[in-house]
Amino acid sequence: MKGKTVDILYALFRYALVTGISFIIIYPLIMKFSIAFKDKTDIYNPTIYMIPVHYTMDNIRMAMQILDYFPLLGNTLLFVVVTTVLTTASCALAGYGFARFSFPGSNILFALVILTLLVPTSTLMVPMYLHFRSFDIMGIIHLITGKSGINLLNTYWPSMITSATAIGLKAGLFIYIFRQFFKGMPKEIEEAALIDGAGGVKTFLRIMLPNAVSPMITVILFCFVWQYNDTFFTSLFMSEIALMPTKVSSLAAQANALLPGLLGVGGGSGVKADPNHVAMIIDTGILLAILPLITLYVVVQRYFVESVERSGIIG
Amino acid sequence: MRGSRLSLNHKRSWLGVAFITPWLLGFVFMFATPLIQSVKFSFSKLNVDPSGFTLEWVGWSNFNNALFVDATFNRVLTESVRDMVLNVPMILFFSLFSATLLNQKFRGRVLARAIFFLPVILASNAISAAEASGLINLVGDATAVNELGQSGSQYNVMAMVMILSDIGLPLSFVDYIVDAILRIYEIITSSGVQILIFLAALQSVPGAMYEVAKIEGATAYESFWKITFPLVSPLILTNVIYTIIDSFTGSKVTQMIFTTAFTTQNFGLSAAMSWIYTLIISIVLIVVGYFLSKRVHYN
Repeated sequence: MKGKTVDILYALFRYALVTGISFIIIYPLIMKFSIAFKDKTDIYNPTIYMIPVHYTMDNIRMAMQILDYFPLLGNTLLFVVVTTVLTTASCALAGYGFARFSFPGSNILFALVILTLLVPTSTLMVPMYLHFRSFDIMGIIHLITGKSGINLLNTYWPSMITSATAIGLKAGLFIYIFRQFFKGMPKEIEEAALIDGAGGVKTFLRIMLPNAVSPMITVILFCFVWQYNDTFFTSLFMSEIALMPTKVSSLAAQANALLPGLLGVGGGSGVKADPNHVAMIIDTGILLAILPLITLYVVVQRYFVESVERSGIIG
Repeated sequence: MRGSRLSLNHKRSWLGVAFITPWLLGFVFMFATPLIQSVKFSFSKLNVDPSGFTLEWVGWSNFNNALFVDATFNRVLTESVRDMVLNVPMILFFSLFSATLLNQKFRGRVLARAIFFLPVILASNAISAAEASGLINLVGDATAVNELGQSGSQYNVMAMVMILSDIGLPLSFVDYIVDAILRIYEIITSSGVQILIFLAALQSVPGAMYEVAKIEGATAYESFWKITFPLVSPLILTNVIYTIIDSFTGSKVTQMIFTTAFTTQNFGLSAAMSWIYTLIISIVLIVVGYFLSKRVHYN
């Protein structure tokens, strides 16, 4: 009897705790949703906490106009999808190579993979920037054209090249995840395939990859999300290309400049936007920016959480 | 027979090299080369000109400037390291705690997990920058935002400090806990990946062990410390290292290194700063790794 009471008390305590933490996590999100549909007059009404009295789509419309939302979203998604595909492919290859083949120096090379994770990106920032400013591998371009390389800044190439060569954003972690997973696969499957006459590449494509769905989902989701949110490399290499993270981080300035014009007060320099209203638009803009991620997460989270349990993040 | 076997092994190892070739190319050209260049830059004055750039050897003066001449670098560096030292234990404790919680069976667990991992999705420098600028825009200046944030938590910190010190806890420990509570949102949002890693570890603990422990009369508390904790301890090391590395990405030092390079155009100084920073982080990682790996239980 006593044990039962303790159990119930514990269950209650656990619910309180889980609910509390969950609330802390989603509270800012709920607030943004509430703000997005609030009318301007509602900001000055202190009795309104969450549910707006005057519903309006104005905030969303204006934030969309300021962000130039749909072209921006399309642009960003295309960029992120391509880098994600490239990163996943190159990291899966490298992970498999490190997991299943032994060649001279393979352990040292894998230690170098971990090293790429450990060195802060800020250390490589300046050389990378200069590298892409006059891009030239081993002086080939200089040899042909006589110029000192091509300027790849403000193109998609820097990110494409780093993703395709498995050295992009947190790629070391992805290689590690793939390696752990492939190490855990039974060797017999490969041997059987080998006896049946499949070569190494065929075994990888036909047998190993289709089985690697769980680490793949983990890597794809992480890669997609981190790439989508990344400001470091995008502002370093592609500051002039309209991508979601760069645009969102300058949202305040843009909202301040464009809001009077959108409200029809005239875009003169003397007109200042209402700061409260600007804050509303910024919140709405942030919500618009993360909406694709939330949608994606809602769709894949089930597979994601399950796959994490089964995949080899751990050794 | 022997010969063909050798050649098969050879073939296998060449195939392995083929698999890692994309990474190897990337590593050599996009990592190792910039790394070496960065060392060179830190000892030089870099002049950018239309045809590229020229280097002028200046010896240790960039390091000297960063450490002894620059007014803010030392302070920012120590602040970042201090923040890291404070944050890592909190994040670790919270993520192990959450993972244990989420690993138990209760109704709504799927939903709870989905919510707990949401910060992994939403952790973004762009968003936090926009949020901060929105607030600054609203209030007018950055210090006011900080004060607002503190009073906005509407929580009587003093009351809690009194209660905790009345129990007899040392004051520094009380400070630490109160600090953790005030920054709970920050801690929760940076624990997502760590919770995932711990949860994966907990899943791999065989259930039979707990049953045996229960039969032997162990309480839940005992079985946590005697079974769960030793078995997830290798992942504590992984998580500590991940958290330490993760804490640099948005840290003040990184931002300072960025602005030194691209706003003041002092590439040499920036490279020197980043190497000092890298060195300190490496020392922290080595020390932490050494002491933790001695205590880790491997099975």
